[in-house]
Amino acid sequence: MKKIWLCITLAVGVGWLSTVGCKKDTISPDSEEPIAFSVPVGWPAPSYTFANNKLTQDGFTLGRKLFYDGRLSRDNSVSCGSCHQQFSGFAHLDHPISHGINNLLGTRNTPGLSNMAWHPAFFWDGGVNNLESQPINPIENHVEMDMTLPEIITRLNTDADYKKRFKAAFGDETINSQRIFKALAQFMGAMVSADSKYDRYVKGEAEFTDQEKTGLTVFRQKCGGCHAEPLFSDFSYRNNGLLPDPLVNDTGRAHITREVTDKYKFRVPPLRNVAVTKPYMHDGRITTLEAAVERYRSGIFASPTLDPALTGGITMTDADKQAIVSFLHTLTDTAFLHDARFAEPK
Amino acid sequence: MKMKLMALSLALMGIIASCTKDKENDTPTGNGVVKLEFFNNVGSSILNLDNQWYLNEHGDSFKVSKLNYYISNIKLNATYNPYTETESYHLVQQSDASSRAFDLATVPAGTYTGLTFTIGVDSLRNVSGAQTGALDPTNGMFWSWNTGYIMFKMEGTSPQSGQLDKGLVFHFGGFSGANSVLRTVTLNFATPIKVTTSGENHVHITGDLLALFKSPNIINFANTSSVQMPGAEAKGMADNYANMFTVTYAGL
Repeated sequence: MKKIWLCITLAVGVGWLSTVGCKKDTISPDSEEPIAFSVPVGWPAPSYTFANNKLTQDGFTLGRKLFYDGRLSRDNSVSCGSCHQQFSGFAHLDHPISHGINNLLGTRNTPGLSNMAWHPAFFWDGGVNNLESQPINPIENHVEMDMTLPEIITRLNTDADYKKRFKAAFGDETINSQRIFKALAQFMGAMVSADSKYDRYVKGEAEFTDQEKTGLTVFRQKCGGCHAEPLFSDFSYRNNGLLPDPLVNDTGRAHITREVTDKYKFRVPPLRNVAVTKPYMHDGRITTLEAAVERYRSGIFASPTLDPALTGGITMTDADKQAIVSFLHTLTDTAFLHDARFAEPK
Repeated sequence: MKMKLMALSLALMGIIASCTKDKENDTPTGNGVVKLEFFNNVGSSILNLDNQWYLNEHGDSFKVSKLNYYISNIKLNATYNPYTETESYHLVQQSDASSRAFDLATVPAGTYTGLTFTIGVDSLRNVSGAQTGALDPTNGMFWSWNTGYIMFKMEGTSPQSGQLDKGLVFHFGGFSGANSVLRTVTLNFATPIKVTTSGENHVHITGDLLALFKSPNIINFANTSSVQMPGAEAKGMADNYANMFTVTYAGL
């Protein structure tokens, strides 16, 4: 594990040094804290390793510009950052369903973004298998950005600043879809959230209150089977007992696999920054953290594909529930939520 | 510059070395060109986009507005030294003549008995993130919501179609497990081709679109007119398109 950490740090370090070395090619402001990617102590190896997409300051900042650029949508109104707000853990605060262009609505809640290098698949149904392939989905979706890749390339080619940035990141001014997706993957893959109070507690650098301590114990017993540490998801697909919305009848994972046994299963969401990413569930139907936890006790709808661990609901006392909620608040990573490197450039 | 010189001298050394070897062993050396060309037919007629009616095995009429497919991992078979094309991904589009013909430009001199290729894009490239060239998603052969390439795409119309607009939409994809639509085809040349440093060999591969609806699974457009995700229907029609190609010419 240490070796991997060292290798990645070295690789990024060397990449950064080489960028700094050729001053005339780099366009990132000197004042900016350099981006780096390292595997936090005790974490598993990431799925996305930057092996074929070396993380550089210029690649990262190009990805950031693209992430916050509304020109990636048909009418210029919606950027990735429109629905993935940093202060909300890159989820869309208070929006059960986000609105795309022309205020069109989809069917699923915007998930928070962090630690995506560890995600083996993307979206609530896991339909996308690589971080670099992820952005095509919202870009082309008719109720999200409703855009075509050739049109994006045409638009970016009219912008001299982009040409400069593609050259700095990839060696020449060519703008193509591969470079767009690699830059976005650098930005998104470098978003690591591993400095919450929970992380510092685990490392012995912070104290938990008694209630938080109880919460962690109860959470590990009753929730940790699916929301496995340190990413707080085992990235499996499970039916968590929500009554299907009859108008939408979103079958989740079965939409991808076409297997009856996958009906109504959705990806177990990672819970980092969960306290700021409300509302909850794949369709955003639950508005508070308390209600989300309560639902696992008293709101489980039984159906043939219900996860066996949830049959009859999870037994917990009111005190357990309160403790879990207070523990979940310790997953908020304030430094990540305010990290200027991930913020919309001014 | 230094690198170039080094590469040049290495190459020269290679040529000198291989020349010497040539004298000793009398084996052919150097590389030659094999020009591959794909022709799409419907039965015995040339496929004419938009303007012509055709009849499938079931007796349904249809017109074709689009035919695209991936050909990948091309190999020329030989008794001793088969040739494998590197970075072997080609998108054949009926609407673009230039996409239907391409060169295998550095085939080692020798005798080749046939070729093997995959219809579709191998599973590894379906999970490897952003690609470019023939595999660029801007080519419209990539599913964004369920990652993977559309290996084979045919669109058209039929009065027998079960769709309200009488459309035919066949987008075949799926690269893993039982639902994979990847099909590997091996075709022998009637007479082996001799690749030499002079003279270009031509290999014509003809696809018969009628095969897509014929065997082993007869397609009835009233029941099957739109396939746009991996699954049993796509797999059944992939078993059909596995039989659509023949070599109609191979030689100088």
